[in-house]
Amino acid sequence: MKFGVIVFPGSNCDHDAFYAVSANLGQQAEFIWHDSRSLGDVDAVILPGGFAYGDYLRCGAIAKFSPVMQAVREFSADGGLVLGVCNGFQILVEAGLLPGALIRNRSLKFVCRDVHLRTETANSAFTSAAFRGEILRMPIAHGEGCYFADERTLDELQAEDRIAFRYLDNPNGSLRDIAGILSRERNVMGMMPHPERATEPLMGSTDGLIVFESMLRVVQASRPAFAPAGRR
Amino acid sequence: MITADLISQHQLTPAEYGKIVGILGREPSYTELGIFSVMWSEHCSYKSSRLHLKKLPTRGKLVVQGPGENAGIIDIGGGYVIAFKIESHNHPSFIEPFQGAATGVGGILRDIFTMGARPIAVLDSLRFGRPDDPNTGARNRRVLAGVVSGIAHYGNCFGVPTVGGECLFEPCYDGNPLVNVFALGICRKEDVFYAKAAGVGNPVIYVGARTGRDGIHGASMASAEFTEESKQKRPNVQVGDPFMEKLLLEACLEAMQTGAIVGIQDMGAAGLTCSTCEMGSRGEVGIEIELDRVPQRATGMTPYEIMLSESQERMLLVADKGREEEVFSVFRKWGLEAVEIGVVTPDGKLRVKHHGEVVAEIPNRELADEAPLYDRPHNAAPAAIRPTPDLPKPDVQNALLTLLAAPDICSKRWIWQQYDYQVRTNTVAGPGAEAAIIRIKETGTSVAMSLDGNGRYSYLSPREGAMLAVAEACRNLATVGARPVAATNCLNFGNPERPEIMAQLVEAIEGMADACRFFDTPITGGNVSLYNETLGEGIYPTPVLGIVGLLRTAPPVTIPFKNAGRAVMLLGGIGACDDVRLGGTQYAKEIVKQLWGLPPLLDLEYEQRVQYAIRRILAEGLAESAHDLSDGGLAVALAESSFGPAEIGAQIELDSNLRPEVLAFHEAPSRILISTANAKRVSAIADKYEVEAPVLGVTIEKGIEIRQRTITLGSWEIAALKSAYDGALESYVR
Repeated sequence: MKFGVIVFPGSNCDHDAFYAVSANLGQQAEFIWHDSRSLGDVDAVILPGGFAYGDYLRCGAIAKFSPVMQAVREFSADGGLVLGVCNGFQILVEAGLLPGALIRNRSLKFVCRDVHLRTETANSAFTSAAFRGEILRMPIAHGEGCYFADERTLDELQAEDRIAFRYLDNPNGSLRDIAGILSRERNVMGMMPHPERATEPLMGSTDGLIVFESMLRVVQASRPAFAPAGRR
Repeated sequence: MITADLISQHQLTPAEYGKIVGILGREPSYTELGIFSVMWSEHCSYKSSRLHLKKLPTRGKLVVQGPGENAGIIDIGGGYVIAFKIESHNHPSFIEPFQGAATGVGGILRDIFTMGARPIAVLDSLRFGRPDDPNTGARNRRVLAGVVSGIAHYGNCFGVPTVGGECLFEPCYDGNPLVNVFALGICRKEDVFYAKAAGVGNPVIYVGARTGRDGIHGASMASAEFTEESKQKRPNVQVGDPFMEKLLLEACLEAMQTGAIVGIQDMGAAGLTCSTCEMGSRGEVGIEIELDRVPQRATGMTPYEIMLSESQERMLLVADKGREEEVFSVFRKWGLEAVEIGVVTPDGKLRVKHHGEVVAEIPNRELADEAPLYDRPHNAAPAAIRPTPDLPKPDVQNALLTLLAAPDICSKRWIWQQYDYQVRTNTVAGPGAEAAIIRIKETGTSVAMSLDGNGRYSYLSPREGAMLAVAEACRNLATVGARPVAATNCLNFGNPERPEIMAQLVEAIEGMADACRFFDTPITGGNVSLYNETLGEGIYPTPVLGIVGLLRTAPPVTIPFKNAGRAVMLLGGIGACDDVRLGGTQYAKEIVKQLWGLPPLLDLEYEQRVQYAIRRILAEGLAESAHDLSDGGLAVALAESSFGPAEIGAQIELDSNLRPEVLAFHEAPSRILISTANAKRVSAIADKYEVEAPVLGVTIEKGIEIRQRTITLGSWEIAALKSAYDGALESYVR
């Protein structure tokens, strides 16, 4: 399988994502520069963490206009797997590929630490290697990770089984403890915690591998394994 | 017209001015006066310290580059080198804490990547006034919060992990906080770049942010005491843009790969002035620049302002003539401005033109390397040793709780949680660990780093304080299994024109030199920050050491006890301490509330044997936990070793004639607390190295109990100790 890692000028977890899927998952990976209009022959796309264009405006507000994001939109519309981590999640939300918004942490401070997540659904290309209710440990590192959406959106996410992960000990004030969500078609996931930082024992946890292993399974099975909720 | 007033405003003495006239053979122009004033400032020229810095050991088997470049370089094997240095940003951080600290991080990062190395770790050593002081506490907390968020802002966005450091609080830092930032980068051995101009006719290229009026005379500001008017110097503090710096990093490293770059230097203190004349001087060539071509963000800037601006995120490089386009295209890719502003000349002069007219013409070598050198008087009689005060009745039970909540000792989690300490996924041991460990993916080995300095010890004895700092940093590295190989130093002192301050500086440098020579950790670079005084009130002499060690990559042995029923051993032994040597301890500070006597007594030979022994013990996999004793002594180390997830404490019985509070809290060096399932083998190793290693007791669940022979000195539930330790800093800053 080949992962494409998008590189914005201010991405700083791009090498980490690349390393996680190549060295620790044993798959192929390639970097895709932000002004590319094509994603090439990749099987899945990762939008890594960082500060895409400095993020002095709203996080991800400029990145959504980049040429590569048009390619990512088309890729996801065709059912391609798109994972946004941290800044990648912020960009997906700004780009309208996922609902809601990510705002300043309730503490108003950047926070870096390990969190515990509960896997809320195993019915997705990003969580199928976990079981529902499985507790995973991985780090967060963000200043603007408080997930926010209106009540109706939150109810809808819940009803459609699109909440992928919840915090056990909410570190940022996210509504309903949301740490990661899925698109309606279930092929796009955004999450604030960093699975790539939990992919080998030396990093302190290997729980993050579950996300990448899930993606690998789906691509290797080479079929749309998960029907959108409500259409099953 | 250069008047006496103008000369003194530029902090130049009449004699220094005379020297300038001698060099030029004429009166300087206003621009030239400005250029000389920044290059000959204490900050840039080390004119008070240079003579004594020569005493430091700078050579070693692994040293590829010692002092004199932007950073020191050490060979770590496998075809790779590391570049590292520590720098202060004390003065700007008091005037504007957030930007002052942020640009401090930016400056040291540029020093690293200008050598061709990608920064992979940052540590910081911070000093503030007490956060709990009834009078100055509010301001101290504001400075603390500003500095921490400034460091976080810059490092997090840039994408370098901030993996450790230290933070201590004393009233002497009320008006003079210390912000010392250490950075380390990695590079292939053949890819190291130097800040040296070469090749007459080669183009001189300016890259990065535009030049504005910010930071003019920053270097001079950093070379003067603070007065009531210092707040007006806020415009002298630069504003940092970490995103721009990240672009600059990527573009510079990529441009270096083209092979078209001859030499490169960042524009830090003294900006364009410093980068041009230093590169010219190192290469023994001249540099001619036309200021009209310098990208500017303000209109109508004078040559004086352009040459002295300290706008951030700028670099100067010399490229191979004819290959400029290769360089330009890389910078274009990263959306950065790169402009040819001048040319390398054969005449050894810095020639500055503005609208085609020469506005400054100064020989590079005289400007950069022949600044005045002062042997300032340092013959002050050492201060009399302050007598031991009446000591309160010992109460180990309550004193431990007080000490764990003391600002110097309590958990610094509130600080380091604001730093991204994991980005790049190399952090094997991060903040809160004995020493920070970063693995090098390229070589399969790791680098350990520790910053140490103790102003209280150094105040009582600058020489011993500096030696203790070296010993402790080396011990921290040994306690994670690393072999110390090189050092960088940051010397924070008061006004060197006062003989008693100059004496502190000389003593500290000599002590540091002896200890670094002893541990074979040559000093490959660093920084001197003088004039740390506000309204005549100086800081404690605060030499800070950053020591780097090497080790193989493996899961680290950490501080907390892991299992109940293990032997608790004190490698190095209980140690000795009299009332005089108690005077610099945290017990003296927080319980007696005095500072007296002398710092703890260090025996270098014994210290080294302890370090050999711990490395052997770790290499044989015998220690389940390891923690060196420092602030707060044995009792605090026991408590900290109990704060792991397993909540394992210890039952300790001490066979000693020391007074209870001395036994529990003295800070004699050369001691490491470990827990082990194989006390016999540990004892054998200790015997071999001729160090003591008494078994103090056994690990138990949930509590700590300390007895001196049959008398119980204290007994605590871990949860109570941990809540005092964890909650203290947060309760101050909230």
